[in-house]
Amino acid sequence: MAALVELRDVVKHFPVTRSLGEILSGARPAVRALDGVSFDIGAGDAIAIVGESGCGKTTLGRLMLKLTEPTTGAIAFAGAALADLAGDRLRDFRRQAQLVFQNPFDALNPRFTIYRAVAEPLLNAGIDKGEHADRVAMAFRRVHLADVDRYLDRYPHQLSGGQLQRVVLARALVLAPRFLVADEPVSMLDVSVRAGILALMREVRDAMGLTAVYISHDLALVRYLCERTLVMYLGRIVEDGPTDAIVRRPRHPYTQALVAAVPVPDADQPRAPLPIKGNVPDARELPSGCHFRDRCPHAMARCAQETPPLRPIADGHRVACHLEGAFTP
Amino acid sequence: MILEVNDLQVHYRTKDGVARVVDGASFAVPEGRIVGLVGESGCGKTTAVRAIMGVLADNGARAGGRITFKGQALDAATTKPLLWREIAYVPQSAMNSLDPVYTVGEQIVEVLTRRGSAPRAAAQARASELFDMVGLHARRLGDYPHQFSGGMRQRAAIAMALALEPSLLLADEPVTALDVIVQRQILDMLRELQQRLRLSMVLVTHDISVVAYLCNEVVVMYAGQVVESGPVRDVLARPRHPYTMGLRNAFPDLMSDALALVPIEGSPPDPREALSGCRFAPRCPFAQAACTAAPAQISGIIDTHHRSACRRDSEADALRQAALDPSTWQRSSNFAMS
Repeated sequence: MAALVELRDVVKHFPVTRSLGEILSGARPAVRALDGVSFDIGAGDAIAIVGESGCGKTTLGRLMLKLTEPTTGAIAFAGAALADLAGDRLRDFRRQAQLVFQNPFDALNPRFTIYRAVAEPLLNAGIDKGEHADRVAMAFRRVHLADVDRYLDRYPHQLSGGQLQRVVLARALVLAPRFLVADEPVSMLDVSVRAGILALMREVRDAMGLTAVYISHDLALVRYLCERTLVMYLGRIVEDGPTDAIVRRPRHPYTQALVAAVPVPDADQPRAPLPIKGNVPDARELPSGCHFRDRCPHAMARCAQETPPLRPIADGHRVACHLEGAFTP
Repeated sequence: MILEVNDLQVHYRTKDGVARVVDGASFAVPEGRIVGLVGESGCGKTTAVRAIMGVLADNGARAGGRITFKGQALDAATTKPLLWREIAYVPQSAMNSLDPVYTVGEQIVEVLTRRGSAPRAAAQARASELFDMVGLHARRLGDYPHQFSGGMRQRAAIAMALALEPSLLLADEPVTALDVIVQRQILDMLRELQQRLRLSMVLVTHDISVVAYLCNEVVVMYAGQVVESGPVRDVLARPRHPYTMGLRNAFPDLMSDALALVPIEGSPPDPREALSGCRFAPRCPFAQAACTAAPAQISGIIDTHHRSACRRDSEADALRQAALDPSTWQRSSNFAMS
């Protein structure tokens, strides 16, 4: 299927506070939050973006929603460059692309009733008031909050975390979007409730034919959500492939470390030592060549000289490593 | 047993009445072992640990039960001299244990000189030693907490807790907000320290995979009570309480072949409501009429055998089998009254 979202060489720098020395010398240091990211998302597909804090995954989500602009590079939605959108076309994009917030406890205005919170995007989009009640009711049905009337005059603090997350999802769905970005959608919820929200997100996605991006630090969790996963490390995609292959047979040394580090709820499962050294380097002083080389057990001289491109190693599976997975983990 | 908690009750006064946040919990920590205290938010696990430390919030108070450390009953007066020296605490967020306006080194030296009455020079040397022990470079002692990453702050908080060589370490969600690789590094460090220093540990967590990785024993709490406890291997591989079975189904597992997670419908009871019978019964697919009548929790027990508070414990094997089927957990399931 044709791509709905296309990213080409997307770079995003954030300026950082300068030291006196840097001010005097005229240096303008920047954090390279994203350092040349390219990929497509097919219409109707769901992909996961995983990585540790500081890897750039949240910035990537914000760029895809045009909540921030890239320093260089291009992003297109349904064939139109996001940079060119303005006026009615921008409003139309805002209606079609929605964000599901991370923390349901913060995402809703505590002084708005639940009904008003869900109806607010309709108001902002200039939808005729006469349609609001029906649209809100439909969004509530989609997230299995059965009785809309019960929520008309209730406030966020009167709801449980699971109910709130359903309301947050209803709010994102009320404009019938095509594209959804969910940033850590269940990380604040208790385990027993989380499973229900994940199932609901899958169901909603299938029912509405949504294209979705799930941003998460939790590889174990995205396994239940997406068939395709992108793994990021310090502003770059290091591996992109079928989630199952990434989990069962990771090919990039960083992905291997990530998979080895994920704890499993089984005391009998033998756990190998971590195949990784040290800590994530300072984002202001990234290593030359491959960003992972300082911590990589397989690093060679070439890794410092050349940045490994993201190359296909199998159908739908790309790895950014000079060794291209040709080593025994 | 280095620590015994017997029928502990902790109540909080709220404007809507008394919340019985811990309501008769009993568990034990054997010497030199790591016990995981596991449960979801509001189950009382943090409150139980704070009660052991005698550091409850102002509106909270112990309302019953006994806590015994090395054979000595703990109350507000007897606990205070033991803090830091015998019982140390790593709070939920390492940021809470570190003061932003002092360097990390000054704070460790302060613990050593004020609580431990070490001379200043000796305290400086010991602070370097402690930093080395938790994998931090001694030159970072001069840094302020904000100059540390989350993982480094957690290491510093652990170093501070271990400053006066306690025999029992209580750690509340020590790796929760950390990235998985850092998390694993901290867990490996905790295990290494626990073995080298012969520490006894209580690890409070919502994460059963952290328990599986690090702990020897596990105590599962639900709505202020202990519903299942025993050796980690037994409890996770062969859970006997339906809540533990449900938690296991709902928990993401990187290596499992299951394609979906199974939620536990409903939510835990409000601790301000008077409750009778098993507190999990309203969410339990196996609940029978009798379950809501008789109280059900592991109470007054201070050993580490595998125990379940479920009334249907004699049928645990059959229930566990049924619990593996996702349809069991759907509201429409008829298994409950079969």
